[in-house]
Amino acid sequence: MADMHVAAVHAHAAPSGFFRRYIFSLDHKVIGIQYWLLGLLAVLIGMALSLLVRFHLVWPDAQIPLLHLLSPTGGKGDQMQPEYYLSLLTLHGTLMIFFVLTTVPQSGFGNFALPIQIGAEDMAFPRLNMLSFWTTFVGMVVLLSTFFISDGPPLAGWTAYPPLSAIGPATGPGEGLGQTLWIVSIAIFCVGSLLGSLNFIATTLDLRARGLSLMRLPLTCWAWFITAVLMLLSFAVLFAAGVLLLLDRVGGTSFFIPAGLVVSDQLVNHAGGSPLLWQHLFWFFGHPEVYVAILPGMGITSHIISTFSRKPIFGYKAMIYAMCSIGFLGFMVWGHHMFVSGMSPYSGFAFSVLTMAIAVPSAIKTFNWIGTMIGGKLRLVTPMLFAIGFVSLFVTGGLSGIFLGQPALDLTLHDSYFVIAHFHMVMGVAAIFGMFAGTYFWFPKATGRMMNETLGKVHFWLTFVGAYGIFMPMHYLGLEGHPRRYSTLTGVEFLNTPHLMHLHEFMTVSAFITAAAQLLFLYNLAWSWFKGPEAGENPWEATTLEWTVPSPPPFDNFAGRHAVVYRYPYEFSVPGAEKDYIMQDAVEEAKKKK
Amino acid sequence: MQSEVLTPAKTEEVLDEGSGHGGPPGGGDFGGGDSRPWSVPARAYRTGMWMALVGITMLFAAFTSAMVVRQGISNDWAHTTLPRVLWLNTAILLASSATLELSKRVLATNDFRRFTAWLDVTAVLGLAFIAGQLLAWKELRGRGVYLATNPSSSFFYLLTAAHGVHLVGGITALFYLVTRARVGASRQIGTLLPIDGGRPVGASLEGQVVPGLRTPVEVTAIYWHFMDGLWIYILILMMTRL
Amino acid sequence: MGLAIAIVVALITLISTGVFLSHHWWLPHAISTIAPALDRQFTVTFIITGIIFVVAQLALAYAVWKFRDTGDSRRAVYSHGNTKWELSWTAAAAILFIGLNLMGYQIWASVHFTGPEPGAMQVEVWGEQFNWYFRYPGPDGRFGPVHPEKMNAGIGNYLGLDRAHDADSKDDIVTMTLGVPVDREVDLTMRSKDVTHSFFVRELRLKQDMVPGLEIPIHFMATETGRYEIVCSQLCGLGHYKMRAFFQVMDQPDYDQWLAGQAAAQ
Repeated sequence: MADMHVAAVHAHAAPSGFFRRYIFSLDHKVIGIQYWLLGLLAVLIGMALSLLVRFHLVWPDAQIPLLHLLSPTGGKGDQMQPEYYLSLLTLHGTLMIFFVLTTVPQSGFGNFALPIQIGAEDMAFPRLNMLSFWTTFVGMVVLLSTFFISDGPPLAGWTAYPPLSAIGPATGPGEGLGQTLWIVSIAIFCVGSLLGSLNFIATTLDLRARGLSLMRLPLTCWAWFITAVLMLLSFAVLFAAGVLLLLDRVGGTSFFIPAGLVVSDQLVNHAGGSPLLWQHLFWFFGHPEVYVAILPGMGITSHIISTFSRKPIFGYKAMIYAMCSIGFLGFMVWGHHMFVSGMSPYSGFAFSVLTMAIAVPSAIKTFNWIGTMIGGKLRLVTPMLFAIGFVSLFVTGGLSGIFLGQPALDLTLHDSYFVIAHFHMVMGVAAIFGMFAGTYFWFPKATGRMMNETLGKVHFWLTFVGAYGIFMPMHYLGLEGHPRRYSTLTGVEFLNTPHLMHLHEFMTVSAFITAAAQLLFLYNLAWSWFKGPEAGENPWEATTLEWTVPSPPPFDNFAGRHAVVYRYPYEFSVPGAEKDYIMQDAVEEAKKKK
Repeated sequence: MQSEVLTPAKTEEVLDEGSGHGGPPGGGDFGGGDSRPWSVPARAYRTGMWMALVGITMLFAAFTSAMVVRQGISNDWAHTTLPRVLWLNTAILLASSATLELSKRVLATNDFRRFTAWLDVTAVLGLAFIAGQLLAWKELRGRGVYLATNPSSSFFYLLTAAHGVHLVGGITALFYLVTRARVGASRQIGTLLPIDGGRPVGASLEGQVVPGLRTPVEVTAIYWHFMDGLWIYILILMMTRL
Repeated sequence: MGLAIAIVVALITLISTGVFLSHHWWLPHAISTIAPALDRQFTVTFIITGIIFVVAQLALAYAVWKFRDTGDSRRAVYSHGNTKWELSWTAAAAILFIGLNLMGYQIWASVHFTGPEPGAMQVEVWGEQFNWYFRYPGPDGRFGPVHPEKMNAGIGNYLGLDRAHDADSKDDIVTMTLGVPVDREVDLTMRSKDVTHSFFVRELRLKQDMVPGLEIPIHFMATETGRYEIVCSQLCGLGHYKMRAFFQVMDQPDYDQWLAGQAAAQ
């Protein structure tokens, strides 16, 4: 690799103490892996909760062994109570959205790979980085603590609509201390995310290697950068909303609680607030949050598809502009979550037009991914399979958004299983496929060892087919008018039929198979970490800077060297070149001759 | 092929290590002395601070829009008369911005003693502002106006508290700078050798301030002046709306 | 591997689409005046997105199979994209999606921008954890005021009416079932006692949140008699799953008789 700074090259050693090195580490690579592991813990818990929920829907009377140990009241006699179903669903959503989808693609992979990809020794503010992680960690501890308090986790869903979430225990079990802790947890998470996002922005803008202009950044870096901007602008608003909700609960204020509420025949002593105000503030955060979850996955997918198609990405600039416009428009469409909320129907229609506009850059990205593959020479290794899966799921999930973005169709589809299908496909499973792709792709860099390809492929097949098996039938349920968040189907005649129950059974079985397939992943991960074959510097024959350093990279990434970039990031199959890839820091021919 | 080989980017975009106005060693966060000897350009600190201010702006924008909506939808809004001590507090806060500017100027002339003195004055003025805000709360309480008394009083306490918490952060930063300058000065006596690869921090033997503190002071000043401006905004908002 | 992906993606695509096309699970039978237009819009959207779905997935499957690395010495095509294509599919997507949305304008407008026909029947819909109440104004055509402090399910005063003092309340009829006459415009006012609920009758293709503190109007006309279900579709607490009421569409004589019976039971 070209090294222009031959003088004064000396590597810096990592701190030697265990705690400074692995726990309270300032090293972005360690912090990235910490975030990743935190997300893994969250996703395992979140997945377990979803399995309980799916099981209960299909076998509402079956006893779930040991459930009473988890919650003496919610799992009375090992039978799931309706409120406990909602609590598990709330925690599933909260864990997945915040501690998995926000944490892993951005903070996990971004922390690990961004500084190396831009040729920096670390993030701009390593102490702040450590603080961000530990803040997020505390947020998750607070959230999980709701399992161990007497009235259990909150049941108001991850969107926590007031007045259900604002009045207190009168509205339901879990709405006491549980809901308060939920708000505190989210507020802590907001702080961690805000600190993290400003670090990402400063790092990307100011720490790039010589020659690495913005139009030479890998698309992953662009995605992390745009996501950081979205987080900065949106999490501050969620924090504000959380403060107001907390004050309504514990300070006696009435920001979200209107006058004259009567809960169980008891008059509530609040006046004048607006439940819709919360929805506006929440979704002003909530919609950009969707893109926070998916943009890094788009970046990773673009990066991986180009690398393993051995072909430059189709429309590099178009990809960047598409991500920028998704980010920009993302702040103007929050009202499409509120078509039937009682918001002005005129605003509703305006929001719907903007929503359709945001489908355009999403379509561009899909075309470009397929365009990249056409004419390529596809190496179908596990990270590439997951990236292909991402494209497929993103198309499927995105298209159902065309239905939901139309206010008229929302008259029947809103808050039905169709919505669950849509967002699980597009921001849940697609984003998780992005995470799997990233994990299989960077694992060799992080650990110096390759993951097992066979296990990886089996994992892909089961997860890919399983995901469709779980979420495709939800569309059909949605058409039938099946509402969300029903703990059993016995209360409504049109739901309590074999016609719909068959679909539920199919989905639950798919869910258990898909979950079991994740054990393969865990096994592969653990085995490969210690026993996998040596990866070497650049096992994938990729072009960006992280593949110019040893695996795992030294403490300061470049061992005292200063990387210099001469090229665009995806120089694959350049005619006349010796190999089918040229590293970003390879000196150009013309200069070599001088 | 030739056209696809891009030329190196402009030098402005390049990491500038070792320029006289660069950031402190220690790989960021102004922390020194551990095994992270690479330097981070001063530009990054300014970017980081401006981004933090963008976040804070969004926070107060959210509070503002909540206030406008909350006032617009209901008929229970009662006027809250602002305590007069707020005017004194405003004057104190404006003065603190001025003293911080003085401190920054003195830093340029390397006068260590006057530099720390002005920083001290700024921090004390900041504390005085917080004390004044608490007096304002006390006055409202004396009038029987509490957090939940009325939506307008809710917003009064909310906005002043949110601003106050941020200002306390600023005061902490000032004390940190003063302490670092003093400790740095005492450590440097007897040795002019820089810490591994970086530049010395604090003051040299002659009682002069060296550039290691410039960036932290500059960034803290950006924050402090922003808090000043934010307070003026909040004051105008409360005068016109509450 | 490439062939396997192509086959699986194609199979998933065709089976999913096939199930949709079979209409085995589909929109339920519709009974309101807006439903035909809404169902038509749904079908148009389904056809357009369905074509995009099948074409995109099959293109993906084809690309993976056709351009897989077979170990030969071929190199990938060196290309950074094609601006002309890029612009054309951007324009196509924009026109298609935004056009589709504008097509649905009329339905949304008929529900929300234009009010009910004059002489529409007034009914108030009330939600509470986890029950529905429906209030008819009675012969005077006026709803009496609601006193939250007087709400008391124990004595059957669900909506806090003061029939002794408020003249307008005297003849108000509060029911547990929403009964309406067929082919008559109904003007609903959505209200909630405690938390946010949502009124949903799938056969009407009508959904509207009931937000405490707000009185949200919505109107419809049912075109077929029968008994249907009203379900809550906004999470409202532990009994959300059983917050259900019946919606009865009757001929005018049946309706009159039913309402008289309800009035007698007050």
